[in-house]
Formats: sequence, structure tokens, C-alpha cells
Amino acid sequence: MTVREDFKEILRLVRPGSRVLDVGCGEGDLLELLTREKQVDGRGLELEAANVSTCLAKGLTVVQGDADRDLDHFPSRAFDYAILSQTLQATRNPRHVLSELLRIADKAVVSFPNFGHWRVRLGLLIDGRMPETKALPEPWWSTPNIHLCTLADFNALCDDLGLRVEACSALAGSRSARPIHPAKPLENLRAETVLFFLSQRTEKTSEPAQPRDDLFGG
Amino acid sequence: MSDDGAAIAVQEDGGTLKFGPERPLVLDSGLKIEGLEVAYKTYGALNADRSNAVLVTHALTGDQYVASRHPVTGKPGWWDRVVGPGLPLDPQRYFIICANVVGGCMGTTGPSSVNPATGKPYGLAFPVITIADMVRAQAMLVEALGIEQLFCVVGGSMGGMQVLQWAADYPERIFSAIVIASAARHSAQNIAFHEVGRQAIMADPDWKDGGYGKKRPEKGLAVARMAAHITYLSEAALQRKFGRELQRDGLSWGFDADFQVESYLRHQGTSFVDRFDANSYLYITRAMDYFDLAAAHGGVLANALTKARDVRFCVLSFTSDWLYPTKENRHIVRALLAAGARASFVEIESDKGHDAFLLDEPEMAATLRGFLSAAGQARGLK
Repeated sequence: MTVREDFKEILRLVRPGSRVLDVGCGEGDLLELLTREKQVDGRGLELEAANVSTCLAKGLTVVQGDADRDLDHFPSRAFDYAILSQTLQATRNPRHVLSELLRIADKAVVSFPNFGHWRVRLGLLIDGRMPETKALPEPWWSTPNIHLCTLADFNALCDDLGLRVEACSALAGSRSARPIHPAKPLENLRAETVLFFLSQRTEKTSEPAQPRDDLFGG
Repeated sequence: MSDDGAAIAVQEDGGTLKFGPERPLVLDSGLKIEGLEVAYKTYGALNADRSNAVLVTHALTGDQYVASRHPVTGKPGWWDRVVGPGLPLDPQRYFIICANVVGGCMGTTGPSSVNPATGKPYGLAFPVITIADMVRAQAMLVEALGIEQLFCVVGGSMGGMQVLQWAADYPERIFSAIVIASAARHSAQNIAFHEVGRQAIMADPDWKDGGYGKKRPEKGLAVARMAAHITYLSEAALQRKFGRELQRDGLSWGFDADFQVESYLRHQGTSFVDRFDANSYLYITRAMDYFDLAAAHGGVLANALTKARDVRFCVLSFTSDWLYPTKENRHIVRALLAAGARASFVEIESDKGHDAFLLDEPEMAATLRGFLSAAGQARGLK
């Protein structure tokens, strides 16, 4: 089975044996992967009852609920990581959801389609129609996405909420993730989907950022 | 072995366990019940390392006949859609125990039992009991059966309250727990409906301050059941089942049961009195009203459950249940998560109201099956 590129990226970021909350965990594919590969203590939040049942049969621990309403079920600092994959743009209050993720967990992994991507801009500019792209496949009248944003928008919100961007990468289909600088205007044009790795800015990082001299070494 | 000719023979057992005067049931009220008797049924066989025992806890008007024909009504077991061969609680895999609660009327000591002090039925001399008292008696039974840790405790409605009480009082004695359509406390509305039922019983002249003999307060108990039965259904289910359909052609222009819903409720009431005791109804509804698991733990439900951190929980609710609605079940889930427990939760779509947990709900069955088999794997059950 091939592993989705965004899952690979998350797998790379998550520390072994950590506590992980997957918000919108679906049938639990990512949680299973993280449990198997990184021995995490994983929990999920999922909207669809049938998906929750599927997760339970896999031995996963999942609460049925909605990112907008039910993140308040989870106590503060209960997790090392909270993951929100391709869902933020479909929430009613993304700002609240984002701050909830970082109340519950020390670090958040958030991915979303970049509305600043050149195809989106071109669609709107040339055709004057709401864009339909690989990352945004549905027409405006049936899309669940009600709060679309660009890479630059999201970066500004993180700034506003006092969040530190620990890492950021661009994803496109099956191509492997590419580390990017979230403030670069060119990346806002190039990135189809982006994945942010966030933490609270006030929090002390366990290892102070130091230039690594072994960068090209072993 | 089952006597109703089931295709697969299931080892069925049970009886009444009597505790000697040296082992009284010490109650929350400070009183004691001496010579406690606990009537129970078991299905399946306990495995060699005694790790496959499941305790099913019953609801207000339930009993130990979870998967066998009721001795009074002749009806199939009350949870025969969940407990049985090939079902989520399969006796070929688990050793399933179900006991009548303290205060009940199907063999376990209750207000209709003989008071050893007087040689007559207790009546109102029976002490007021609580959900914790019921659970304490179950723990005595489980211990007497030689089981150190139950693989699972599972129950709906008042059964769910007992499951929560088990988690609070005996967390080390349970591996997993399933709470269905329940609550961690009785709401004002819950208490209000129970009070209507109790008043109906006590207003019946045959009740005689609880001292009735052969002539029992049947009318009062039937009305109590009728009122309660409405709370077990949903507006949509009642409408779907009965609408405004009449019993006969045309109205009677009187107070006969013109509407099918009236006739249905009357039947529910009159058939209930054959199998249930009015004083038991008073005592058990009281136990439910007194239930507030957080109260004994500084008002914080999570504090009641912190010791159950290692127990795997599954909480289920039904969309149309207004007796123990999703909100109350989520309240339990939130407390479990705050306590750091492994809690899963599913809200099942159903228009059948509170009674959905007793009915054919494929989504519930699938969830129970999945949760139990994964927990069984974690426990090392074959």
C-alpha cells in the first residue's frame, strides 16, 4: 500500500511514543500508521458514526464529534500533537479551531489547500469563475470549504495567534513534500497544498535552535 | 442448556446466591441487608484464566433474563438482539453474567422479599438503596463466582449508571466498560417523570402504604408504566407507529381507548403489572433519582473516574433519545477524557428514542462488535 505524501510528512514529524490526536480521523488510516510505525498513543475525533465504528473495530480510540463544537471535550495539554488534515477550511470558526488545537496539544500539524496557488488565481482572473483544481475539486455550490485561505493568510493568522511555525512544506499530489518558507510570495503561488507544523511561541523549545555543523556530514 | 431449541447449544446456568449473615450488604444509607440473595443467569463458560467474563447490568424494569425466556411473561430475553450465538456478546466467546439488582423483584432481595426480622415482606421497611448499593451486590456475586477482573461491564439506561459506578468504585476489577444511552446524574426532568410514576402508585388505594398483600396496586403501577413508556419512545416513533389511527371505525364519544396509541399504552401498563412489583418500582426509581456520580467527588465527574484511567470505555447514545440525550452522554465522555481514560463515543442515528438500545439497531451492534473484539484482542482472548 502506498502511503499518502501528507501522511509521510506527518510520520516524519511525529516523535515515537508520543500522544497524538487526529481531528477528522476518518477510518483511522493515519492513526493506524502512526501506531504501527511510531508506537504513538493515538486518539481520534470523527464526524461520521460509521467511520467511528470502523475505527473502534481496529482497536482505535475515537470520539464522534465535530472540530468546531467538540474539541472542548479534550483537556488542555493532553497531547503532544494535534493533527488537522485538510479540514480547517471547512470549519465554521477556523481561528477558534486553531487555538483549540494548541490548547489541547503542544504542537499542531495543519494542512489545507492554498487558495493563493497560481491555478486558482488564474481561474478567477481569466474565467471569472470559482476555481476547480486538483486540491479544490468541487463546484462552489457543493464544496464543504467555507473558509478558504492562502498561504500568506494562514501565516498571518499564526502570527496573530502568537504561534511559531516550526516547519512548513508544500505538497502536490504524489510528489514528495518540499520544505518551504511560508512568508515567500513565490511559494504562495507555487504551493497547491501546504502543511504547517506549529507550536506556541511562548513555549520554551526543548532544544534551542542552533546552527548544525553536521548538515552535510553523517 | 437452553430449552427453547436454539440452533446452537449455549451453556446456560444461574440460580440464587445467598450470602450468610457474616456477609451483609452495607448500604450507602448506613443500613445493612443481612442474608442478601442475588438471583442471576450466566451464559457460556468461564475460560481457564478467568478472563472472559462479561457482566450485563439491566435497566429499571429489566432483570437477569437477558437472553432467556422470561419465566412470567414467556417472552424472549430483553437483549436477545445483542446476547447470543453470533451476536456481539457471544456466549461461545464470553462468560456472560446478568443479575437482578438489589431492590428488584425477580429473586434478588427487594421490598417484596421476606424481612428476616419480622417474617413478613419488607414493604416500606426495606432500606432505600442506591446505584452504588446495586453495584456492591454485583461485586459480591462476581467475587463469589471466582472472577478477579471482568473483561467488560456493559449496560444501557440504568444499566449504564451501574457501569459508571463500577468504573468509579472497582476500576481495577474491569478491563473495559460500555455505557449505552445513560447519564452520570439524573436531571430535573428525569426525577420529575419518576415522581409522576411514584405518585400514581402511592395514590392507588390498594398500595396501603406499601403494605399490600395479594391484592396489589395494579392500577397505580400501570399508570406509572404508561407515563414512563412515553419517555422511552420518541415523538417520531409514536407518530410512525400510531399516528391518529383509531381502534375501531369512528369515535366512541366517550373515554374508551379510541386511539391505537391509547390502547397500546394501556396494554403496556396492564402487562407490566404481571411481572413487576410496585414497591420495587418505587425503590429503584429512587435509586436512579439519587444517582449523581460527581456528587461524592467534589462535584467533578472526572475525579470520580481518574482511577479508571486504564479501562477502555465505549459510550453510545441515540439521536432521538430525549430521556438520556446525547448531551448527557457527551458529559460522561468529556469527564472520561479529562480523567485521561481511553474513551470512545458514538452517537447512533435512530428515531426510536431511548428504547433504541433494546431494539434492532445494526449500527449499535456493529459498534459493540468492533469495540469488544478489539478489546478482546488487547486482553488476549481467543
